Formats: sequence, C-alpha cells, structure tokens
Amino acid sequence: MGKVLPTLQKRHDALASGAAQQTVLAQVPLVRSFPDSLAEVGLLPLTATGIEVLQINVGKKCNQTCHHCHVDAGPDRTEMMPDDVVDATLDVLASTDIPTLDITGGAPELHKRFDEMVIRARELDRKVMDRCNLTITQLPNYRYLPEFLAEHQVEVVASLPYFKEGQTDAQRGDGVFQQSIQALKDFNAAGYGDPASGLVLNLVTNPVGAFLPGDQEAMEVRWRRELRLRFGIEFNHLFTITNLPISRFLEYLRESGNLEAYMTRLVNAFNPTAAANVMCRNTLSVGWDGVLYDCDFNQMLELPVHPEAPQTIHDFHTELLEGREIAIGPHCFGCTAGAGSSCGGAVT
Amino acid sequence: MSDHYYDSADLKKFGEIGEEAPELAEAFFGWYGKVFEAGALTAREKALIALAVSHAVQCPYCIEAWSDGCLEKGADAEEMTEAVHVAAAIRGGASLVHGVQMRNHLKRLGM
Repeated sequence: MGKVLPTLQKRHDALASGAAQQTVLAQVPLVRSFPDSLAEVGLLPLTATGIEVLQINVGKKCNQTCHHCHVDAGPDRTEMMPDDVVDATLDVLASTDIPTLDITGGAPELHKRFDEMVIRARELDRKVMDRCNLTITQLPNYRYLPEFLAEHQVEVVASLPYFKEGQTDAQRGDGVFQQSIQALKDFNAAGYGDPASGLVLNLVTNPVGAFLPGDQEAMEVRWRRELRLRFGIEFNHLFTITNLPISRFLEYLRESGNLEAYMTRLVNAFNPTAAANVMCRNTLSVGWDGVLYDCDFNQMLELPVHPEAPQTIHDFHTELLEGREIAIGPHCFGCTAGAGSSCGGAVT
Repeated sequence: MSDHYYDSADLKKFGEIGEEAPELAEAFFGWYGKVFEAGALTAREKALIALAVSHAVQCPYCIEAWSDGCLEKGADAEEMTEAVHVAAAIRGGASLVHGVQMRNHLKRLGM
C-alpha cells in the first residue's frame, strides 16, 4: 500500500482528545439541538431497550489510516484490550443471553486473542461479527482469516466505500482498492457471499465526502451488478453508513470548511423513525480498556454510559444497563439523518 | 442589495415563493417531489438527468442542488461529468444544427 498517514494522536492534534471534539461540535451553530429534536417526537430521554449486541472495540491499531476514521486508528496506535478485559467480556457473554458479539477496532484481527474470542463466543453459540477492513487479510500473517472465519461461521462486515479505485483509495489510502478486491475474492473462495453456504459477507460503504449516503436498497442493486460484472465478486448485503463528525472526519470537515454545512445537512435530515431505531438502544459498546459506552462513536468522544449505570465491563449488570438513559450530543444527528445509520446500515 | 444576482444562501428561500400563491406552490413542490421518486428510472438516473438539464438551463441554484442530489443518490464524479457533457453536446449540437438554416439561406441567395 501507499503512504500511511500519521494519526491525530501521533500528530499531537487537539482533536485526538474526545473532550476537545465535543467542544468543537458544541460550538457549531444549529437550528435546533439533538435533545430538542428528540423531545419533539417524544423520544427524550432516549433510553436503551435491551442489550442485543455486545460490540467490543479490541484496539485502535490498524494497518490503514483512512481519512474518515472516527477511531483515529492507525499503525502507530498501541491501545489493545488487555487480558483482564477480554476475560471479563467473555465472562459477560457466557453469563448472559446477549445473542451477538460484534468485534471491531482498529483492525480487530490484529489483537493477539482475536481467534480465541471468536472460538469461545461461537462455542457459546453466539452470532459473531468481524468488522474487517479487508486489506488485513492480504498481510502475510493474516492470510488464514477467510478460511478461519468461514470455519467458525463468523459474519464478515467488510469496508468498501465504492466499486471504483479512485474513490476507494481517496478515502482509505493508495492501493487499498486493489487489495480489497483480492480480499473479497478470497472470501468468496472460502464460501462467503454464496447464499447456499450460509456464510454472510456484508459490505459497508461510507460517502467519500461531506454528503449523506444514497438509498441503501438501490445502491445494493447497483453494487451487486457492478462488482459481479467488473470482478466476479458476490456479497450478501450492502450497508450504507453516514460519516459521523468525529476524529479524522471531524478534522476533514473543519479543514475543508464543511463542518457547519454538514451539521446543518444532518439536522435538516432528522428522521423521527430513524431516531426511534438508533443502534445504541440495543447495543452496549466496550472500549479497549473495559469502559462501557452506548456506541462506538460515544467511545471515541469519551462519552461513557449514564453515570448511574455500571461504568466498566468488570461491573456489568444486565438490569442496570438494559434500560439506561443514553448519552447524546450533536454528533447523534449522524445516526438519525435520512434513512438513519447504524453499524448495520440504514435503520428505516 | 447584494452585489451579485446569484447567492447560494438564497436557495434556502425557495419555499418562500409560496407566500403569495400557496396553492400553486403546493402543487409545484408536490409534483416536483413525485417527479424525482424512483419509477421506471432510478432516483440516481433522474438526478443525473436533472444535473444535465441544470447545466443546459444554466441555473446555478439547480447545479448546486443537483450536484448534491447526484452524490446523495450514489452517483460519482465520472457519471456526473458525462451527464454534463450530454447537456453540452445537446446545446452545442442545437447551435450547430441551425447551420442548416444558414445553408438554406445561402442557397436561396447564392448563384
């Protein structure tokens, strides 16, 4: 791959701090606040409806430095989930009936206990999702991943912003597109994307710029045709995800002069149905250090779960977490705009 | 008064056109919205047509709005540029084909 960009943290940029990002977002003038928008449709306070997905961010290390990354992940990051947090997370999974373990990062496969987490969660008969950047599977020590993930019937959620090279490399770095296409072919060879295999390969696309994603259903039809014609690649579903104004995408918005216009675009596209279905209502997010959050975005803004709820995975308590009040901010407009946005794509 | 006729911020005032004729505005905006819904053509294809026509009628408001519209319907810069070329080709061709009128006139006057 081409040049790897330093992360915000490596550059000692103020936006490496979640608190600094919250300050920047709070200063953007908006026609109405997120709490006011929720109140207008009877959703304030926003509360969780249960815990159906335990999403664990196992570390910020990644082999890529995508321009839009809300994690500020990259090769220079060293945060990795320590053993006691991994053990506590697996214990929570074993002691509850949470049906899904969603593993993310960084590149989660770089965690030394990634394979073990997959195997143990699958032994508990839980659905396991791997949020894969695709290029990781092209590194010498990680070429086993498609076969390994297939063996354990892990659902792969793979990032690919577009079916053309220019747009993909503009967002994710030079050379990423070609490696991603090869990775998708490798997943297909392992049985992924074939409806008869039961092995699910879903693709995720984020807009390459300061605009909202297109209609998920229409885009999926087009992507299926284009990826099949151009590369012979098959996949199950396409998820459209809105870029949230966090970390490096926030930096891009500010430096390109798009921040206020983008936030206004999100506010104007507020959709009450999407607000009722936001993913934080049925997800619990675990940080690399074991701190609990309502979602991966709040995690990067260092906005933990409500103070009256347990704060770390070591203190996990289903009853105290499943109906918790969710921490919100202006960034939440990203998940409620248009058809809505979640780690599983549109929510309406 | 601004020192130029077209201001991007004015686009937001478009809805105010209904203040003096609300029924007409309601009819227009309702019809306008229906036109761009997916039908026999996809919403993306309609956005690309709208972008091309925006250039043909040289409306800065429309060009900005439909550049956004194309991106948000999943079109890319390559497709949008080709759409603009279609508009340019029709505009250029429309001028050139009137050369037939010129040639007819020349034939009438010439020996």
